[in-house]
Amino acid sequence: MNALKVALYVLVFPGFLFQSGFSTWLEWLDRKLYARMQNRRGPMYTGWGGMLQPVADIIKLLSKEDITPVHADKGAFAFMPLLSLASVITAGLYIPVWHLTHFNSFEGDIVVVAYLLAIPSFALFLAGWFSVSPYSLLGGTRVLTQLFAYEVPFFLALLTPAVMAGSWRIAAIGSYPWTSGNWWVLPVHLIAFCVAVLTLQAKLERVPFDIPEAETEVVGGPLTEYSGKKLALFRLQKDILMYVGSALVACIFLGGFAGGLWLGFVQLVVKTSFVVALLSVVRAACARIRIDQIVTFSWRWLAPASLVQFLIVLLIKAFGATS
Amino acid sequence: MPETIHLPMGPQHPFLKEPVKFDFDIQGEEIVGARMNIGYNHRGLEKLCEDRNYYQCLYILERICGICSHSHTTAFCQATEKLLGLEVPKRGLYLRTLVCELERLHSHLLWLGVAAHEVGFDTLFMLVWRDRELVMDALEEISGNRVNYAFNTIGGVRRDLSEEQRKKILAILQPLMDRLEYYANIGSNEPSFEARIRGVGSLSKQHAIEMCTVGPFARASGVDRDARRDAPHAAYPFLEFKVITNEECDVFGRVLVRVLEMVESCKMIKQILDTLPEGEFVAPKVMRRVPAGTAISYYEAPRGEDIHYVRSNGTEKPERVKVRAPTMANLEAACESVVGSLVADIPIAIASIDPCYSCTDRTTIALTDRRRGRRVTTWGELRQYGIDWYRRNRGVHF
Repeated sequence: MNALKVALYVLVFPGFLFQSGFSTWLEWLDRKLYARMQNRRGPMYTGWGGMLQPVADIIKLLSKEDITPVHADKGAFAFMPLLSLASVITAGLYIPVWHLTHFNSFEGDIVVVAYLLAIPSFALFLAGWFSVSPYSLLGGTRVLTQLFAYEVPFFLALLTPAVMAGSWRIAAIGSYPWTSGNWWVLPVHLIAFCVAVLTLQAKLERVPFDIPEAETEVVGGPLTEYSGKKLALFRLQKDILMYVGSALVACIFLGGFAGGLWLGFVQLVVKTSFVVALLSVVRAACARIRIDQIVTFSWRWLAPASLVQFLIVLLIKAFGATS
Repeated sequence: MPETIHLPMGPQHPFLKEPVKFDFDIQGEEIVGARMNIGYNHRGLEKLCEDRNYYQCLYILERICGICSHSHTTAFCQATEKLLGLEVPKRGLYLRTLVCELERLHSHLLWLGVAAHEVGFDTLFMLVWRDRELVMDALEEISGNRVNYAFNTIGGVRRDLSEEQRKKILAILQPLMDRLEYYANIGSNEPSFEARIRGVGSLSKQHAIEMCTVGPFARASGVDRDARRDAPHAAYPFLEFKVITNEECDVFGRVLVRVLEMVESCKMIKQILDTLPEGEFVAPKVMRRVPAGTAISYYEAPRGEDIHYVRSNGTEKPERVKVRAPTMANLEAACESVVGSLVADIPIAIASIDPCYSCTDRTTIALTDRRRGRRVTTWGELRQYGIDWYRRNRGVHF
């Protein structure tokens, strides 16, 4: 019975099938909100309100011609989409929704997830590097430069609730306000929440941080030479990364997904959609900044802001307000 | 010292709306050299005009540019009217100017949207283009067309404006002014947008004069030059307007100059509609044979000063028509202004002149006489070369 549950967990919910389906739905939500904020209608024709458009896009890409540049490293070129997709799906298994065992929820799993979520950026850089084209190369170096800008504030923001909860287990951090009875700690993390949403936006490479794949500057960035199946995998990876990132932020800052399969599922959908909606608002309200500006912005504002949050949490802990 | 990489941009690239080739030398993200090459969109329209009569030329010149189509016909009509010594009725001049200013509005709105898109601000892009529809509707109301209005004719305009149409156009002005105020506010206050346009693509006043730049591009560098005031044409001598200049010398200044110019255009349109003279709108009798002579006409197109040179030999067809579109004057300066900035600034710095390559494209063919070592080509050789080239490269047989 337990084995069946584990198989269901890995393959169906919240594993591969659920992640693919839900993340494409989130992409639809994001596109629709973004379009409405721009006075457009967004996807309309595939499924109800265009809900199946992201799936249709991926299916169409899968059926397209797959071209590998002559000078590219064939093996690495084909391996990078798989590597990044595998790492984000694995990270998604640690989102604590249902059937928590010592396999998918343990002390320190937040570090594992943060590590797994960093792999796609490196895969993207290597994808650009092995494509051997000026645009890919430029995009790839931008991916890496951007990584150094947002990764530290992202980790700091994620770890402040962990310090507050006194645990490095995502499920425990999420349910801390409930189990300890300290409801008021949720709004305390507001600064870290904002930093986490902004750095997640940078991780997802969306406006205003879509510098590595800025269309008008470097065409497609590291993905310039990708087409067909490999590009489809990269797109799916980006969707799932958006789901996992938003679910992680929602779990840690918005009170987790406790309450069994059904209640947990509803909470997951609502809270994750909320984070995605925030991401769309940020995307609609800004212009793309430059690579030097994101480095300055991260280290001048985001990193100190998360340190201030750290200090607040430490002071609260020191004065024993949470006991 | 980092390695210098050659970064080609164009003839096909997402930041270009039309084909042109830029070659940049970059070190890391910094640009150390810039070169450009035009000629991918050459259509030989000037040559075509030599085979048509003056009225047919209007239709060809209208198609030089999709955005400022009215500019080219106005400039050509003015030159021809000068040759004919023709007096255009005042109502005709006013109506011509009305379409000129509406065209300036829609061209600048289009540019603002494109500029926002170049820096990834797609929300502004979508909203600006939505509001541009107001102007397009007005143009459609006047001429029946959204883009190539076919409104000008030699000696005036082709259609009159009814009282009902006048009211419809007046009605769009106030909502448009409100939106323009909002965009001026976004342009100068939205932090991420401002961060991308301030200090980018700098061109000093001295440099702007030396490079012979024109239009809003020059005015944003503090060059107080506007053909509407300096070389009076159409109904501009009868209208009151300010020439907008700015001392910022960068893309930020160019955004502000264009937005404020649009406000001026709205005011001018109001003046035109309020003081529209009664009477004929086109000169009653126009000779088809144009007396021999040459004429130059200046016109302030949305992108800058547009110059047409027309030479007549006394027949129904012009002997030579020469167009100097504003992009031609600005492109060199824009290409040079990106050196020293970052790769990310290329699209917006180039786009800040509102480039129109189809207006600009020229071909130069330098054939060397191998036998005698002279760079000389006779007309017959050039013709034969063209025929051979097309047969070889395009499979076209004449």
